[in-house]
Amino acid sequence: MSRRIKWEHIVGLLGVLGMIGGHYAGLFVAPPERMMGDVGRIFYVHVPVAILSMLMFSVSGLAALGYLMTSRMSLDWLVESTVEVGVMLSTLLLILGSVWARPTWGVWWTWDPRLITATVLLLTFVGVMLLRSATTNPEKRATWSSVATLFAWVNVPITYKSVQWWRSLHQIQTPQDAISDPMRIVYHENMIAMILVLVWFVAWRWRIAKSAALAEAPEPLPEAVNP
Amino acid sequence: MIRQTLAVLRKELLVEWRDRSRISGLFFFAMAIVLLVAFASPSEAILARQAGGILWIGLLLASTRSLDQSFATEMEHGALEGLLLWPVDSRSIFYGKALANTLILLCVALAIVPLLFGMYGAQMRGSPTLLLAFLVMGCAALGAPGTLFGGIVAQARGSSVLLPLLLFPLVVPAVLAAAKGTTVVMEGDPMGQGGSWLALLVAFNALHWSLSGLFFGRVLEDG
Repeated sequence: MSRRIKWEHIVGLLGVLGMIGGHYAGLFVAPPERMMGDVGRIFYVHVPVAILSMLMFSVSGLAALGYLMTSRMSLDWLVESTVEVGVMLSTLLLILGSVWARPTWGVWWTWDPRLITATVLLLTFVGVMLLRSATTNPEKRATWSSVATLFAWVNVPITYKSVQWWRSLHQIQTPQDAISDPMRIVYHENMIAMILVLVWFVAWRWRIAKSAALAEAPEPLPEAVNP
Repeated sequence: MIRQTLAVLRKELLVEWRDRSRISGLFFFAMAIVLLVAFASPSEAILARQAGGILWIGLLLASTRSLDQSFATEMEHGALEGLLLWPVDSRSIFYGKALANTLILLCVALAIVPLLFGMYGAQMRGSPTLLLAFLVMGCAALGAPGTLFGGIVAQARGSSVLLPLLLFPLVVPAVLAAAKGTTVVMEGDPMGQGGSWLALLVAFNALHWSLSGLFFGRVLEDG
């Protein structure tokens, strides 16, 4: 195994440093939100996590479609890695949302369409992860999980549009020009840092999936001995 | 392709008719759920208002037992390979099986609805045709993805646990629309919501019946 430092670790380091700076700026440098005060600072984490979780599941959907069209195992490893990272982000999103909802809405959880669709989205992708563990055959695993991923992906646009289709407690998407410059810079800084960290996670997880697949692969048959 | 689909449908219904254990089991399973929810309810007065939702919870839970069994005969006797060797399009096999599953669920739904009127005191303030449309569309919405994922989990480990885990989150929009639609038909629809819930069900069915048919062959070939 190569001892060279992989490119994704450098990307990850930059991302972690960016997140430390972004979190510091979000907590201490950016001005408090006009209506919510300091509670609104969770915006610098919650919104990027929400957008990136949907983006991650969309990459899973594209990779799944790609696998079904080409049968390339590298795309299946991408499905595996992005689904796992997406589930992690989606779980974090619901936790962050609850932390924000308690002081803002007065409850940890409410039956709001956005909350319900986001939870359903998480559960569908958890189903994909469980399906992957239901067989040891790599081709079956790849095909089944690609099909399940495509069906699960249908929930991504529904979740995104839920705040517009069913106007409820959760606010609709805030246009960029409605945010003041000091807040927008901190938001973008956090967003870029998180993208770098996620690229690191996915690339690392992809390598693990590849190594596991190669370890599972049967030994090549011995060459025939000529008489 | 229609003739092939009808041939598969006929085969499925014939197998069901010769045994009849699945449909009777499903009915009693759904009825047990309807009874159990009534026991758990804090007041008899709210049962009538909950009838639409309880019907679809019963059907959803019962459907997992039905869809689980949909491929059991083929798996037990190694007949799945035989089915795949038929000179027919794999989509015909899917649509035949999915139609059979939908019809079986619809029969259970039609048997449970009178119980809701009798035992829960549910009313019929809307059109019976609209209620039938919700039953047909709701059962179809469980039938298509259920048949596809039933085909997958029949070949997987821990299928009885896996099917609900995969199916339930996926069909949430359909169950929600069917339950809300059935409730507005039973309770009356002063706001005219029935049409939009039915439209959601139709869109869900259009998406899932087309996509599931497309992927079914691939799922079985690699299986």
